[in-house]
Amino acid sequence: MTGKAPEWPLWEVFIRGQHGMAHRHVGSLHAADEKTAMLNARDVYTRRSEGVSIWVVEARHIVASAPSDKGPLYEPANSKTYRHPTFFDIPDDVGAM
Amino acid sequence: MTANALLEFLLRQGDTTLVLGHRLSEWCGQAPALEEDIALANTALDLIGQTQMWLGYAAEVEGAGRTADDLAYRREAWDFRNLLMAEQPNGDYGRTLMRQFLFDGFNVLHLDALQSSTDERIAGIAAKSVKEARYHLQRSTETVIALGDGTAESNRRMQAALDHLWPYTGEMFVADAVEAAMAETGIAPDPSTLRAEWGRTVRAGMAEATLTVPDSDFAHQGGKNGKRHSEHLGHMLAVTQSLPRAYPDASW
Amino acid sequence: MYAQMVKSEATKDDPEKLSAFQARIDAGDKIEPKDWMPEGYRKTLIRQIGQHAHSEIVGQLPEGNWISRAPSLERKAILLAKVQDEAGHGLYLYCAAETLGVTRDELTEMLLDGRMKYSSIFNYPTLTWADMGAVGWLVDGAAIMNQVPLQRTSYGPYSRAMIRICKEESFHQRQGFDIMMKMCAGTPAQKAMAQDALNRFWYPALMMFGPSDKESVHSEQSMAWKIKMNTNDELRQKFVDQTVPQAEYLGLTVPDESIVWNDDKGGYDFAEPDWSEFYDVISGNGPCNVDRIATRQRAWDEGAWVREGLSARAAKRRADRTAAQ
Repeated sequence: MTGKAPEWPLWEVFIRGQHGMAHRHVGSLHAADEKTAMLNARDVYTRRSEGVSIWVVEARHIVASAPSDKGPLYEPANSKTYRHPTFFDIPDDVGAM
Repeated sequence: MTANALLEFLLRQGDTTLVLGHRLSEWCGQAPALEEDIALANTALDLIGQTQMWLGYAAEVEGAGRTADDLAYRREAWDFRNLLMAEQPNGDYGRTLMRQFLFDGFNVLHLDALQSSTDERIAGIAAKSVKEARYHLQRSTETVIALGDGTAESNRRMQAALDHLWPYTGEMFVADAVEAAMAETGIAPDPSTLRAEWGRTVRAGMAEATLTVPDSDFAHQGGKNGKRHSEHLGHMLAVTQSLPRAYPDASW
Repeated sequence: MYAQMVKSEATKDDPEKLSAFQARIDAGDKIEPKDWMPEGYRKTLIRQIGQHAHSEIVGQLPEGNWISRAPSLERKAILLAKVQDEAGHGLYLYCAAETLGVTRDELTEMLLDGRMKYSSIFNYPTLTWADMGAVGWLVDGAAIMNQVPLQRTSYGPYSRAMIRICKEESFHQRQGFDIMMKMCAGTPAQKAMAQDALNRFWYPALMMFGPSDKESVHSEQSMAWKIKMNTNDELRQKFVDQTVPQAEYLGLTVPDESIVWNDDKGGYDFAEPDWSEFYDVISGNGPCNVDRIATRQRAWDEGAWVREGLSARAAKRRADRTAAQ
């Protein structure tokens, strides 16, 4: 039954909300081009709250790290725990820090 | 006269959004793609919200203790004041979106002007609604251009839609005694003054859509002034009003 | 539930890889699209997520049936928003399934030609406004029961889609129950309508969870892979225990005279639905199967020119941009 018509490409949607600091991946959708992808993103993913900024990217343009990279890519962060505030034991009466 | 004219004016706004919103809601679950289904439902929801505002105010102005729901569900077709274009059946998706484009172009201009209405309530309704209308116009313009300049078949269907709907567009700009009274008191603009700019927007869009704008000034009338609706409105109301009419004392 | 009749696919993979994979699942790892996975895992997920998506889309129709007759502007807007949500849920799920190497169009083809199914419940007709209440209260209620645990399913994209869906879903059940409350406190005719809706939807709602797992060998594999989180009987019991007091609150009678609280098990004893009716329905002989698929087929066919037109225009713009460069 399908006349093998071209399917609309897949787009990934990232939204930064009003109080957000960064764009978050919220999901995907299909659209024929970037203009419609943007409109569709607004209609599908901001029905319950207005996003302040929407990014859409064709899924095929996203380059992702492979799961096996997990070790080398993330190891440096894992062993530098002093970057995390909980590493240090600041006494309470120093005040907020 | 003015109170009556004001009521008439409000019914014209609310009945148009009611009927048009209903027509769009008929697509739910049956649109060409999920994304389109969701987008069209958003527009329908916006129009239902605008209906509640317009008819709510109309009911107050009427002063007979009725509500927006009473006006929507318990009036006969001959009391409705919506544009003829709104009550037309949807036809195919192209005709639905073309109608939306032609209406949205007018609605944005009209609501924009209404933001400076001397009637505060109307100005408030317009301020809320114009944002929605601008988005509707952006969406319908995009779709109409893409389908016009798509395949040979989509072009053919969009041209047929434009040809079919064109004779219904003039009614949006006709100014009768009601509109004259509204313009006189600064409540609403004379709609005939919006025609030129609407025409420019439409011609620009249709050029990009590779469609030909019909060469006729003829305008069907009778919806806005209630003198002669089409046969379609009666059937529509027979469906939408069926429950409250079957159970007049029930609340839902 | 969308896997009412999904047979977990057998798998011919390397035993070492399989046990490493199982260890990841047992440790609570999320499996992501580019990770190694057994062929059986991939196929079972495509079928389950796909059928879940189909259920959302077909599920728009029984409620969509009453949008035009919603008895107030408020109810109309609420119902339209709910049905719109179902489209959104279908969209999230199709996108999740697509990460497994299948396209939305392929899945749609398989729905329309019957190779894939959708939840049995949507083959029942909605005959009164009270059905809008019953569907929200019972059908969404049953769906939520199944969906909440699925938020912890092992496949990342499915889990994230479920989290998004669950956030949106609670409004669905509440609006249904709200409709029921209003009607049960209304005119005698409204109350009778509400009771009639419960009478028609009770057993079909119980059927949503699928037959007892004792009948099925395959659900064990799905449970091990955390594609299925609870047994059918567990969920059905939970649903009954939750719903019976709600019916009492409404002043309605569940159409099962045998329902009685069982202290020993800490739940209600209740009558099983007629499973022969269930098998009839999923094999195509439910009241609405033919109409539901016909509606989806028509929407698909009549929308083809729109999808093609939009694609063609996009292609032209891309070509123009390339030429201009």
